[in-house]
Amino acid sequence: MSTASSQPAAAPAPGLRGEDFAPVTSARGERGPTRPSLSYWADAWIRLKKNRQAVVSLAMVVLLALFCTVGPLLWRVDPNAQDLTRYLEAPSLGRTAVVLAEPVPMEPMTLPDVPARAQGVDGASLPAPAKLELLEDPTTLSVRLRWAPVPGAAGYQVYRSTAKPEGDYLGLPLGRIDAGNVVSFEDTFNLEAQTYYYSVVAANGADSPRAATVTVRPARAIGLAAAQALQPGIAEGATYRYPLRPLGTDNLGRDLLVRLMRGGQVSLSIGFFAPLLYLLIGVLIGGISGYLGGAADQWIMRFVDFVLALPSLLVLILISVALGAGPGRSIAALIIGLVALSWSGAARLTRGQVLQLRESEFVQAARLLGAKPGYLLLRHLLPNTLGVILVSFTFAIPGAIFTEAFLSFIGMGVKPPMPSWGNMAENGYNTFLTSPHLFIFPALFISAAVLAFNLLGDGLRDALDPKLRSRE
Amino acid sequence: MLRYVLKRLGAGFLTVFFLATATFVLMHSVPGDPLARAKAMTPQIRANLEAKYGLDKPKLVQYGVYLANMARGDFGISFTQQNRTVNDIIRKHFPVSAKLGVFSLFFATLGGIAFGAAAARARGRVGDGLLMLFVILGISVPSFVFAALAQWGMTELNVWAGYTVIPVAGWGSLRHMLVPALVLGLGSMAFLTRLMRSSLLEVIHQDYVRTAAAKGLSPRRILVAHQLRNAILPVVTVLGPAIAAITTGGFVVEQVFAIPGLGRYFVQAVQQLDYTMIMGLTVFYGAFLVLMVILVDLAYGFVDPRISVTGARA
Repeated sequence: MSTASSQPAAAPAPGLRGEDFAPVTSARGERGPTRPSLSYWADAWIRLKKNRQAVVSLAMVVLLALFCTVGPLLWRVDPNAQDLTRYLEAPSLGRTAVVLAEPVPMEPMTLPDVPARAQGVDGASLPAPAKLELLEDPTTLSVRLRWAPVPGAAGYQVYRSTAKPEGDYLGLPLGRIDAGNVVSFEDTFNLEAQTYYYSVVAANGADSPRAATVTVRPARAIGLAAAQALQPGIAEGATYRYPLRPLGTDNLGRDLLVRLMRGGQVSLSIGFFAPLLYLLIGVLIGGISGYLGGAADQWIMRFVDFVLALPSLLVLILISVALGAGPGRSIAALIIGLVALSWSGAARLTRGQVLQLRESEFVQAARLLGAKPGYLLLRHLLPNTLGVILVSFTFAIPGAIFTEAFLSFIGMGVKPPMPSWGNMAENGYNTFLTSPHLFIFPALFISAAVLAFNLLGDGLRDALDPKLRSRE
Repeated sequence: MLRYVLKRLGAGFLTVFFLATATFVLMHSVPGDPLARAKAMTPQIRANLEAKYGLDKPKLVQYGVYLANMARGDFGISFTQQNRTVNDIIRKHFPVSAKLGVFSLFFATLGGIAFGAAAARARGRVGDGLLMLFVILGISVPSFVFAALAQWGMTELNVWAGYTVIPVAGWGSLRHMLVPALVLGLGSMAFLTRLMRSSLLEVIHQDYVRTAAAKGLSPRRILVAHQLRNAILPVVTVLGPAIAAITTGGFVVEQVFAIPGLGRYFVQAVQQLDYTMIMGLTVFYGAFLVLMVILVDLAYGFVDPRISVTGARA
């Protein structure tokens, strides 16, 4: 185009007319390969979107945030409501019970033609009772057993076990019958809808080492009065549906799902607001220090070095012990402690950035135009450090979540009854071997949150600051 | 050099002094006093106890006595452990923590260097991906989760084997220490792996490596004498934070594995509001960590002759 127009005016080539040589104007929209200019943030967003790992972690962060904010609006269960009839329940998609008439204690079956107390028999030599069987369908309200009498027995011992009996261990001694002619037993003690092994041994003085064992799996049932208290008007024989506890319950029978949501609110708000606060303070102090320079800068930085050298976790523990007593104060203590100890890193980072920017041309130009220091700092210097600050914010969040979990786990962070993922994990750890869900779920959420924010931080760093790009 | 060491020690002393003061102020602002939890007592007994622990004197006098005692290395008598001085407890239980810590630091550095080098050599391949997954998990999953899972795994193993292959908790033999040390060092190991990987990747393309290859050195010799040696240097800088992480991480791990280390006593002391124990152990831990950081910084100067710790940095 330019070469054509710079040619000396010659006779037009055949087929070309004069207007073909008119200058191209912008009105015709042919200005060459230009695109609308991209702002720093738009460019970073495009780069972030190309990073699959960052997008996945961003989605995870959004999901976790929704879980904790929108979750409790949809899942309306009181996180502090205890139900001691349903403690340590495993995760399930629903729990039902048959409504039965009020249970009546069973009359012991006594055989009139069998002697109650045989004389001169060694209990250890007695055989196992024959024909150990269930009298009727077992329910969680009552399990009724009967067996054939053992000749020579003066009584029986009934055991219950949740695991298949091995060796001479038969389980929980449920009851003792002191008559050889009473051949039934009713168990109403704390039954769950799970497999039990009932064992009966005959006794006469000593217990016989030979046991008869029967496997029982009671159906869940609820008494009429209890059912009507929970759901007025429910009839006998109907099925009662317990309130859903999809992730099970804790040791006080509280719903784990809603507690995870509330605990997440606590953990994530500590993870969000503590870094937000200390970054604000750190950026301001670091910015002022870098802008002022000279002796003021020296003194401020000396103080920053001092705070950085403090063993932060120790001081954090002290602060949360000293300030954290009293309901609801433990969260404030944790945030105060985190802010008081962590602003120094951000201050040093910002100061370094501002020192670099201070001498750059656009700052000099602004200064020449008469910009005042405050305006210069807030309008020109700090906004240009925002990328670096945002990256360190994203990395500070998992750090704070991690610290909360660590402190709560050793009993120095968020105090119960206020749930947090950390103290829920601590609580669940005690029953880890029997009810693993109580530990697994909070641990999973802590790990997922820390992981997501760490990966997002990596992605943001790559997108915002190519200089710091990780060497992948 | 001497001036630098003295300057660092002076700053460290100031930090510990501040820590001691902050501990005193914070501990005395806790609502309720340590005797409030004890059994009901007559005013006379209470006065005697207060006199024994010096609680009857004005706060400023208490502070003076406290500082003077600290300076003499006397941390006082525990409130909750009958007739045990804090010094006794430190003397008896710090070696346990130190042993565990040294062991896990050893795990962390050795594993970190080996895994990091392996990941860098396998860059972009499956091995690298797997190691990086380990790294991100090691950094993101809290140590108490690893501890619980490890304990569960050991229980299952022992049940399956029918005898105690590895004890689930307790202290005494090397076998007791193996898993807690591994769990304690895992986070630092992951961190060091990532650092070592990027450090080695940076070194691989240096001119001196090309020179070494051009001289006809064996790949093995290039790796060991030229690449690893230079790549390990940055690892030394994070030993300070790693020691701090392992020391404080011990609070949780010792608790979970029932190890009679100092960390467990510290946690107990905080939970029971044992004033003298908290104050003594905080100052002790603080002094220990500050000293470690100074030592690591000095060590860095020795390891890397390019770095001059006394000033003018490259």
